[in-house]
Amino acid sequence: MSDETRSGKAAGPEDSEPLSRYERVKLARHPDRPFTLDYIRILCSDWIELHGDRKFRDDPAIVGGWATLAGRSVMIIGHQKGRGMKENLLRNFGSPHPEGYRKAERLMQLAAKFGRPVVTLVDTQGAYPGIGAEERGQAEAIARNLQVMAGLPVPIVTVIIGEGGSGGALGIAVADRVLMLENAIYSVISPEGCAAILWRSRDRAEDAAEALKLTATDLAEFAVVDEVIREPNGGAHLDPDATALAVGSAVERHLDELVEFSGDELIERRREKFYAMGRWEDTASA
Amino acid sequence: MTWFRKEKQPLVAQKRELAADVWEKCEGCGAALYVRKLEENDRVCPDCGHHFRISAREYLQLLFDDGFEEEFGESLRSADPLEFVDSKAYPERIEAAEARVGAHDAILAGAGHIDGRLVCGGIMEFGFIGGSMGSVVGEKIARLLDAAVERSAPALIVSASGGARMQEGIFSLMQLAKSATALHRLAAAGLPYISILTHPTTGGVTASFAMLGDVNLAEPGALVGFAGPRVIKETIRQDLPDAFQTAEFLEEHGMLDCIVARQDLKQTVSTLLAHMC
Repeated sequence: MSDETRSGKAAGPEDSEPLSRYERVKLARHPDRPFTLDYIRILCSDWIELHGDRKFRDDPAIVGGWATLAGRSVMIIGHQKGRGMKENLLRNFGSPHPEGYRKAERLMQLAAKFGRPVVTLVDTQGAYPGIGAEERGQAEAIARNLQVMAGLPVPIVTVIIGEGGSGGALGIAVADRVLMLENAIYSVISPEGCAAILWRSRDRAEDAAEALKLTATDLAEFAVVDEVIREPNGGAHLDPDATALAVGSAVERHLDELVEFSGDELIERRREKFYAMGRWEDTASA
Repeated sequence: MTWFRKEKQPLVAQKRELAADVWEKCEGCGAALYVRKLEENDRVCPDCGHHFRISAREYLQLLFDDGFEEEFGESLRSADPLEFVDSKAYPERIEAAEARVGAHDAILAGAGHIDGRLVCGGIMEFGFIGGSMGSVVGEKIARLLDAAVERSAPALIVSASGGARMQEGIFSLMQLAKSATALHRLAAAGLPYISILTHPTTGGVTASFAMLGDVNLAEPGALVGFAGPRVIKETIRQDLPDAFQTAEFLEEHGMLDCIVARQDLKQTVSTLLAHMC
């Protein structure tokens, strides 16, 4: 872990009580948090958004395109939530359909074709559970992305900027480096969904959030996340510019390291990274 | 109406005793089936073709000539990295599942022969915490796929799962990435992978290795989907179409190569492998 790694301190002043996990869940969902297009606006130049999966339609819940980040041409892909009801309906509250994942896959292949790194920004409550999504193969679209990312011969850096909602987040997050904002969350299931199943009541979401260990600090301890990026006091929504600059410099630093590796080296190291994620006991060696 | 209840109680109890070992009611057509006949028919209803659930060992017997000659990861046991407690502690759930179905967690993995051809296989066990995928399932899948690469053998996975195992939190989610990474390696080696989806296959298993077959097969009537029907219903607040998320629905929408009845599975796999190996 690098020097920049910070343990999850309170979002408030240094001497205040540390936040509970569910308080971080609420911060991660704050409507004024910077979203993917805010990061692109603050950090990038020469942004050209690329639309559509070439198969069905353009999914506004995932945006992507070419951008220049710290002098380097990169493919940026991220979930996009909306501000206000009208934009949220357009963006489906940041919950993609299969065509969103297929657009992401197309753009990643494009980046690979021209040897450019991929930067993904994760912020979704999850892939959308609906009739059309099932008809068009939500599961297949996510699964395909996982395998494509496993074999992509260019650097991939992911930042969990808000909500990392299960397979819908992972579908753009099989990366060489996974970074996470201090008040972001990343989980196999939402605390509400987990509470509904295991406690039979969504009201037990606070207990579920504690049990799931879904904060940046938790995930850094589990080595699922490589670096925790500190947020401004009070949370990212209070100073989007400073947050974006911190994210930008962390991404740039990781890309500087990753561009030194060949495509084959990146793929092999990525495999080793994800192979190491799991905890079990071997009764034969015990 | 106490006279009514009094008369009914002994009748019901008597009926249950009989049904347990001799008769079984078909969930598809309601017919009372003679258990021995049902078992001779690979637990497929002879009247309506309904496929009853069978265990991982039964699939092993059905598909492989002599079962697995070698098992992978059979000594692995789930750890409790989150120290997860809901109404029960996670280690207690594991112990209960082991006592019920065996100590192989939610998957059996190994190498064996199908019509004389070496195949590295994995067969999921729905009876083990809903076939949920935690670290042990992910590790066994990686091992069986790596073994296929080392031996230049094709791979086969029979899925039956409610998805990722919540009690392992983020580690269970990471098994989706791990299995897809192992599959990338198999594909890069030019080796075939056949995925067989059985009732039910949903969530993180569908969103990773189950949908990534060079050929995706499913048993008739199997529920296959990303989100469970209840979650979708709650989200969209509408009734779901008939036959939604059945194997037949998925085939119609282009997500499955074919639907194969259980009795024909081994022959179909064998012929497919002959084409692809």
